[in-house]
Amino acid sequence: MPTRAGAIGLAIVVLDLVVALFAPALAPHDPLDQDVTRRLLPPAWLAGGGRGHLLGTDQLGRDILSRIIHGSRVSLVIGFLSVGVSLPVGVALGLFAGYWSGRFDDVTMRIADVQLAFPFILLAITIAGVLGPSPRNVVLILAVGGWVVYARLARSQVLSLREKEFIEAARSLGGGTGRILLRHVLPNVVSPIIVVATFAVAQMILLESSLSFLGLGVQPPTPSWGAMLNDGRAYITVAWWLTTFPGVAIMLTVLGINFVGDWLRDLLDPRLQSV
Amino acid sequence: MRRYIVRRLAQALLVVFGVSLVVFFVIRLSGDPTFLLLSADATEADRARFAHEQGFDRPIHVQYAAFVGRALRGDLGRSLRYRQPVLPLVLERLPATLELALAALVVSLAVAIPAGVVSAVRRNTAYDNLTMLGALFGQSMPVFWLGIMMILIFSVRFELLPTSGRGGLAHLVLPALTLGLYSTARVTRLVRAGMLDVIGQDYIRTAWAKGLPDRRVIFKHALRNTLIPVVTIVGLEMGTLLGGAVITETIFAWPGLGRLAVTAIFQRDYPLVQAVVLVTAMVFAITNLLVDLLYGWLDPRIRYT
Repeated sequence: MPTRAGAIGLAIVVLDLVVALFAPALAPHDPLDQDVTRRLLPPAWLAGGGRGHLLGTDQLGRDILSRIIHGSRVSLVIGFLSVGVSLPVGVALGLFAGYWSGRFDDVTMRIADVQLAFPFILLAITIAGVLGPSPRNVVLILAVGGWVVYARLARSQVLSLREKEFIEAARSLGGGTGRILLRHVLPNVVSPIIVVATFAVAQMILLESSLSFLGLGVQPPTPSWGAMLNDGRAYITVAWWLTTFPGVAIMLTVLGINFVGDWLRDLLDPRLQSV
Repeated sequence: MRRYIVRRLAQALLVVFGVSLVVFFVIRLSGDPTFLLLSADATEADRARFAHEQGFDRPIHVQYAAFVGRALRGDLGRSLRYRQPVLPLVLERLPATLELALAALVVSLAVAIPAGVVSAVRRNTAYDNLTMLGALFGQSMPVFWLGIMMILIFSVRFELLPTSGRGGLAHLVLPALTLGLYSTARVTRLVRAGMLDVIGQDYIRTAWAKGLPDRRVIFKHALRNTLIPVVTIVGLEMGTLLGGAVITETIFAWPGLGRLAVTAIFQRDYPLVQAVVLVTAMVFAITNLLVDLLYGWLDPRIRYT
């Protein structure tokens, strides 16, 4: 059974997934529909609030709630996809580095060190600036930033397992490197990797929203939470709702995933301290 | 000791070298660098001349060697926008970023250490639960959103603090709080975990058993030993803060390295971007070296080998 926080987290994540999946059906308006006569309407419960626009409208008269609902797609797809790309690459590199040791290990781990020894966001905005902003490039950049944790984790597991009897046995029975790593080492790494990957999804969603906020991620008019915040910044003195609600959406999503991560950590691997 | 410093310096150089390699190749391999490095209205002839001047017509490893050679002499190229050497431009902005990052660091340590200690000592009380929940919120909040909310509340609504720019202490408050929140949350959790570890040790039990006052056991015996791992984290936090500064500076129009980098990227001023990235890498490497040395000073059991 999940803890209370775990259950809340799970509920948020499920809600997010449902919203993203059925966005067109759930959104009350078309997220791209502009209407200059209805621009900057406050949320419905305030004086002058726009009817039918629960969270108000933006500077082009677009419905904020609908944009947040559609924006969940961008956040979740990019969050999960970038983990989906970096995880297998990182795990594979870590497994081989640990198993082979030697030069491959040295080179891989030095690259990892260099990467960890540098604020990644700066590299990310540089690459995004050069490659040009697009969802594909965002996933690529985030994946480049994400592989290190998995590689280190997988490597440390291999190092501790490499000399164990069951690996020795598999080797003496003629098991090849690939088979040993896949059948005998990998299963032992799965639970810490799941925990780390959960937190990574949250991290990636935060990074994506940062990039989009800087204008280097998902581009308008595609609704994305980070880009909505960027748009709303210019209207901060007149329309607080433009910047408040997308931020709440990001925070709740990230918080929910972190809750799930905490719960999974306690469940799967109590030894793992806060990562 | 000296050998240790030399080795750490070599490592720091390796990091800076690695970063330079990445930035150099990313900019050059992304197509024709003259499009990135020259303004859009340059003619075909301009491009050819510039390519020759910069050596883009030579093999890439030769180019990189030349770049490193110039960099070692302090020449990182000229800004396309400001039409002057980039290094002074970057160094001019460095103090602002350091000021902001240090202020954020001070704020986060000043809040996180007491909060974490009390949380550990009063473990599983309402205070502890509330602090940990707050820390989780802090780690889940996007920096830029927090900054905007701060402006909304403290500048727009209550008109207490300025929204942007650098000046006196009043200008520093909001950016430093914004930048420091994530680190505050992380360090609080860390101090709490470390403190719980230490409290379980025999020598703490002995101290309690001797009948020492709470205050003495907690601050003198437990806290001192908890702080050792915290110092290591401070080095890493500097990286988080320098990275976070990119966004915080953009929101508060703080004239530091991060804002310089972001505007340079939008102006496609790649020599300037390159220089910011390299200088940041260097600052970070030096910070980590200093933290490592501090670590040994605080804990004499640590030997530098």
